[in-house]
Amino acid sequence: MAEAIVITSGKGGVGKTTTTANLGTALALMDKKVCLLDTDIGLRNLDVVMGLENRIIYDIIDVSLGRCKLKQALIKDKRFDYLFLLPAAQTSDKHDLTPEAMIDIIAELKQEFDYILIDSPAGIEQGYKNAVAGADHAIVVTTPEKSSVRDADRIIGLLEQEEIEPPKLVVNRIRNHMMKTGDMLAVDEIIQVLAIDLLGIVADDDEVIKASNHGEPVAFQPNTKASISYRNIARRILGESVPLQSFEEEQGMFAKMKKFFGGGR
Amino acid sequence: MIEKNHHIIIKGTRDGLTLYLDDSCSFDHLIVELDRVLSQDDLEAEDSLVRINIQLGYRHLHTDQEKILRDLIRKKKKLVVQNIESKVILKDEAIKWKEESDVRILAKTIRSGQEIEITGDLLLVGDVNPGGTVKATGNVFIMGNLNGIAHAGYQGNRDAVIMASYMNPVQLRIADLYSRSPDYETEGVYMECGYIDESNKIIIDRLQVVARKRPELNGFERSVLNG
Repeated sequence: MAEAIVITSGKGGVGKTTTTANLGTALALMDKKVCLLDTDIGLRNLDVVMGLENRIIYDIIDVSLGRCKLKQALIKDKRFDYLFLLPAAQTSDKHDLTPEAMIDIIAELKQEFDYILIDSPAGIEQGYKNAVAGADHAIVVTTPEKSSVRDADRIIGLLEQEEIEPPKLVVNRIRNHMMKTGDMLAVDEIIQVLAIDLLGIVADDDEVIKASNHGEPVAFQPNTKASISYRNIARRILGESVPLQSFEEEQGMFAKMKKFFGGGR
Repeated sequence: MIEKNHHIIIKGTRDGLTLYLDDSCSFDHLIVELDRVLSQDDLEAEDSLVRINIQLGYRHLHTDQEKILRDLIRKKKKLVVQNIESKVILKDEAIKWKEESDVRILAKTIRSGQEIEITGDLLLVGDVNPGGTVKATGNVFIMGNLNGIAHAGYQGNRDAVIMASYMNPVQLRIADLYSRSPDYETEGVYMECGYIDESNKIIIDRLQVVARKRPELNGFERSVLNG
């Protein structure tokens, strides 16, 4: 049975698009058939992060207005055979997309794919309503900042009114040294306030920005902190139980030696 | 001084006169007789005002009937209606009364941007998150963390209190009074209660202290007082 998962946050700039791109990549790495759906009409980014911008001919508005077939608008990823993108429109009005059209599109995609990941725009207006319309599950992305947690809380409240399963949480951009000093909200604190299940934590990793500028999601790389995080989250979506990653700084050879000789703290 | 009449018994007390009106005769009958009875003993001009309490028994008065009754007594010199009491009330009133003295239990998290309004007392099993608001016409009891805004007695009841297992509110409001958290970061307090003290300020104190200051919190006494 196919699952449609909406990725949302309320606040802008917390990493919805990055999370969508990377979870899609991670699921595709596990041989799942995945379709990414960008609903941020007017400010589409998902195609850029995926490096597929140059392949766009039709978009989601063309599909909803019947200007093309759904199959024509789907863009196949360069790396995987079964990762597709349905891009948002760059020029249309966001009111051209309706929740009803979204439900139809997702129902059609479900026959073809295992997972449909819906990237939602920031805010709680029409765009958010479109994004949530056809979803079965929701992932709420937040960063360890008060304002971001506040907006996540607001979104969770709104999601509770939808016919959707209780949302799961991804805490993004964790800086371990700041959490240690107490300058950043701890993950435990965030969970305590939001009172929903944690799906995963992602470190604030320079590689994420580098990779997205190259149009290649970081999850594709084998060994960076963030790519492991995203792949862990994807495994949890598939139902595996994966322990939370520790973000302790790896000690260099010299420090290890010092420790060995009892010279360390 | 006890005067036996057909349908009206008048008793003098320290608080004035109490009229016991028969509840089995017709209202018109009663009015005619009351007019006659009250006209009998004309009071001297130098007498002070006499307060009248009326006991209706099992009779229910409509608002226009009550007006007729009050007007009749007011027309008499030196008489003031202090209180009209009946042993019966309308179903609507009873439901309203029950609602206002009821404790409504709600088990959920009040999230940012959400606002809950309750008639009566609110017992919330869950948290009020920053940006969330709960309002009740009566008291607010929170079995959880109060990190948002709580407004007790929002229709004007200054005796209402706000209790929380963990109290770290953005604002506390009771009736028309407001108080806000200090501008520096604070740790919350456990098992405390906000109420309005003698100097008309909202203060927070230990539960036990407030329980002593608000004995009417006990359910039975409260429902009797509301009547």
